[in-house]
Amino acid sequence: MTSLELARWQFGITTLYHFIFVPITIGLATFTAYCQTRWHRSGEEHWLRATRFWGKLVLISFALGVATGIVQEFQFGMNWSNYSRFVGDIFGAPLAMEGLAAFFVESTFLGLWIFGWGRLSPRVHLACAWAIAGATALSAYFILAANSWMQHPVGYRMVDGRPRLTNIAAVLFNNTAIYAFVHTIIAALLTAGMLVIAISAWHLRRGNEAAGVFSASIRLALPLVAVAALLQFFVGHFDGILMTKQQPMKMAAADAVFETKRGAGLSLFATGDFESNPRGLDRNIEVPNLLSWISTGYPRGEIKGVNDLDREYGARYGPGEYAPIVAVAYWSWRAMIGCAVGMFAVGAFGWWRARRGELLRSRRFLRLAVPAAALPFVASSTGWIFTEMGRQPWVVFGLLKTSDAGSPSVSTAEVLVTLIGFTLLYGVLAAIAGRIFLRTARKGPPEEGAAEEPGQELALAY
Amino acid sequence: MRDYTTLQAVWFVLISVLWLGYFVLEGFDFGVGMLLRAVGRDRAERRAVLHSIGPVWDGNEVWLLVAGGATFAAFPQWYATLFSGFYLALFLILVALILRNVAFEFWGKGDSERWRSGWEWALIGGSFLPALLWGVAWADIVHGVPIDARGEYTGTLLTLLRPYALLGGLATLALFLAHGAIFLSLRTTGALERRARAIAARVAPPAALLVIGFLAWTLADSDGAKAASVVCAVGASALAVAAAALASRRPAHAFGATCGAIVLLFTALFSELFPHAMISSTNAAFSLTLAEAASSSYTLTVMTVVAGLLVPVVLLYQGWTYWVFRHRISAEGFGEARSPIDLLSRSREEGAGGRSPGR
Ligand code: HDD
Ligand code: HEM
Ligand code: HEM
Repeated sequence: MTSLELARWQFGITTLYHFIFVPITIGLATFTAYCQTRWHRSGEEHWLRATRFWGKLVLISFALGVATGIVQEFQFGMNWSNYSRFVGDIFGAPLAMEGLAAFFVESTFLGLWIFGWGRLSPRVHLACAWAIAGATALSAYFILAANSWMQHPVGYRMVDGRPRLTNIAAVLFNNTAIYAFVHTIIAALLTAGMLVIAISAWHLRRGNEAAGVFSASIRLALPLVAVAALLQFFVGHFDGILMTKQQPMKMAAADAVFETKRGAGLSLFATGDFESNPRGLDRNIEVPNLLSWISTGYPRGEIKGVNDLDREYGARYGPGEYAPIVAVAYWSWRAMIGCAVGMFAVGAFGWWRARRGELLRSRRFLRLAVPAAALPFVASSTGWIFTEMGRQPWVVFGLLKTSDAGSPSVSTAEVLVTLIGFTLLYGVLAAIAGRIFLRTARKGPPEEGAAEEPGQELALAY
Repeated sequence: MRDYTTLQAVWFVLISVLWLGYFVLEGFDFGVGMLLRAVGRDRAERRAVLHSIGPVWDGNEVWLLVAGGATFAAFPQWYATLFSGFYLALFLILVALILRNVAFEFWGKGDSERWRSGWEWALIGGSFLPALLWGVAWADIVHGVPIDARGEYTGTLLTLLRPYALLGGLATLALFLAHGAIFLSLRTTGALERRARAIAARVAPPAALLVIGFLAWTLADSDGAKAASVVCAVGASALAVAAAALASRRPAHAFGATCGAIVLLFTALFSELFPHAMISSTNAAFSLTLAEAASSSYTLTVMTVVAGLLVPVVLLYQGWTYWVFRHRISAEGFGEARSPIDLLSRSREEGAGGRSPGR
């Protein structure tokens, strides 16, 4: 393998790993802040215990999110120095703003929140919880704006073969970024919701109500998941339409449409040769006209195919292969949507049972809800794999190819060392963090009485 | 003729300030981390040591992230050359920082002695390595490393580890250790305070010597050291000596002195570097100047506005955090096997003591 391929693996592995913790932190921090608000308003004990219980899980996720985030910040320079040289004028700005506007708030107020129980007034302490939740969302916005510029470059002018920033507002309010942000925040809420459902269901099935913490939490999470999953269909749909305009090749690959046609069907299951661009399919089961209708709004709308787009791009950007690995785009896209369907089913069914007061008797549902917590993670990972690998061969669409983005001064052996090093380290940390997360989740909220002094308990957990 | 613009100079200063902030703040985190087992002898004491930086270390680390992000935004060529060039050194620093971060969080989450001592060593190593390697890295940057005409680094990891740079690393290591010991002696009471103070008194003198030696070598090797660098170097040396003299009697003054010594030490290095971003030891013509490394003036203007608005706010709330957690910490608060009643009565006292008098 070349150093470039290794660097790609490294970026993919470390970033997907980072993104396991990101949605937990964003979603669960918000959920925790909401629980604390309920406690603040009502003074009901179980909301306080819920705050402390879910808050502890946020801390574990946050610690790993931060630890893996540092690698992300430096990786652009380490493995992708030509990329950094090329895009620095534009890409660095949102990254630096993220640090100044969001990371400082996140980390400082988290310290205040953990150690500030009993030391800060309850209202200021509650404000700290919301500051953390808000800052995680803000950091997501900036990094997605940076990433969206790679999907759809705007607000620049080419000078000496390099893009120069001409309009920062265009970069920060890129329509791609706005869609990606809404989509990602909903994904984070789904992640938190599914985790809360899974953990609560596990306890409820064992008859551990923990003085109402779990029934209150699951009643909150079930409608959250049902509504968020439903919303995600719409947001994802419009995201897809925008993407088809901006990166038609990605959608063509995702739908395995090779020849441009009117009235294209939505493929449900297809096989072809597994290579970068097999140029056609062996087998295809499809629903007639549905794809055209979804993507254009008309049953007979025109859908461009991979082969035609490839020729078109070749004429515009010079000879080369412009299709991503079609099978990856096709299946990652389907996996994401499949997970959305699964989550909607869990949320809607559970909500219905809960409203009829039959949740505790739905033993099978409570059991199934536990493994279902994997769905949001599969959806987010495949969503990113689709977004990033579907853009190939470009790293910045239309401007810079991935093959020109690497670090010339870094040898294959060096990348191999860091790739193995990070992968091993991350693997060990995943095992340990997973165990701690599960143990904390199983243990449930603290006993009655100990809840008198929350600061002590959270701080001792440190 | 001046070959850099005012905005470029402003951003060089701003990035320097971010690094200075990082070293002053994370400097004592590193020091405290390294001293975890030397100052804290049992579980309760170690917990107290961790709590002395618990609320702030993460915020302190963000200074580094922002310094990195700001370098990317303002001087992308510098970011690219430096980070791809110092590849394996940075990898070691990243691994160390990751271990340190998770050690804070995981330490208290297991009950066995082995579990805790494992994470204690991770924290100690994860503080030691960056404290050493940041000094090595900045010594190398100022002194020059092999860089070719395209701005690519051509050396290896070993190129970075020559005697001069290692001396720089030892200087920051010792200085951060003394800085952390003095910080601990200010933040704790009882046996912890006594031990931290004794260590501070022992470490500060060799730290002063190393700082003086390193700065003298830096100036001696520079062709035409700048007046500003000389002044800062002398100031840093004087403050390091003052810290050594004050460490056992006047910890607050000594802490001021180590803060000042760290600031002046790095200011001396940055002023030697200016107006370059990277110095090439292969050929002076290949050195990367700020003008060559910089983003367009539009980007710099945008970033100046953003930084001008946000940096004061950050300073305000980070300062407030130190105010909220200004009380001293004692090991007695962290014993095990306490009854809930004990916990309650103590937290009342503590809560009362921790509030500002007005409330
Ligand atoms: C959609 C959200 C999102 C995405 C796509 C990314 N991150 Fe992230 N990142 C976060 C959302 C986030 C967060 C929610 O703000 C985290 C996760 C857990 C945490 O503690 O903060 C975080 C932490 C985090 C940190 C540590 C911050 C601290 O110390 O407080 C850094 C340096 C980065 N990230 C950098 C990156 C980079 C360079 C990315 C691009 C490849 C990236 N992240 C992708
Ligand atoms: C704004 C930040 C981001 C930048 C600059 C970025 C850039 C890159 C680059 C340079 C590559 C290597 C080229 C390639 O192999 O395809 C890559 C690959 C990849 N990225 Fe991103 N990316 C960003 C955000 C993300 C995020 C947040 C994720 C999600 C977790 C992600 C997931 C991936 C994956 C899975 C790959 C591997 C794809 C492959 O190997 O083909 N990226 N990205
Ligand atoms: C309901 C059906 C869904 C549709 C139609 C949909 C659509 C899309 C589309 C079109 C993209 C690519 C955007 C681009 O490349 O510019 C995308 C990316 C992504 N999806 Fe989905 N999605 C759905 C469900 C989900 C769910 C349930 C999750 C997670 C819980 C999720 C997580 C993501 C993530 C993290 C990305 C990458 C970030 C981004 O570009 O927005 N998606 N999705």
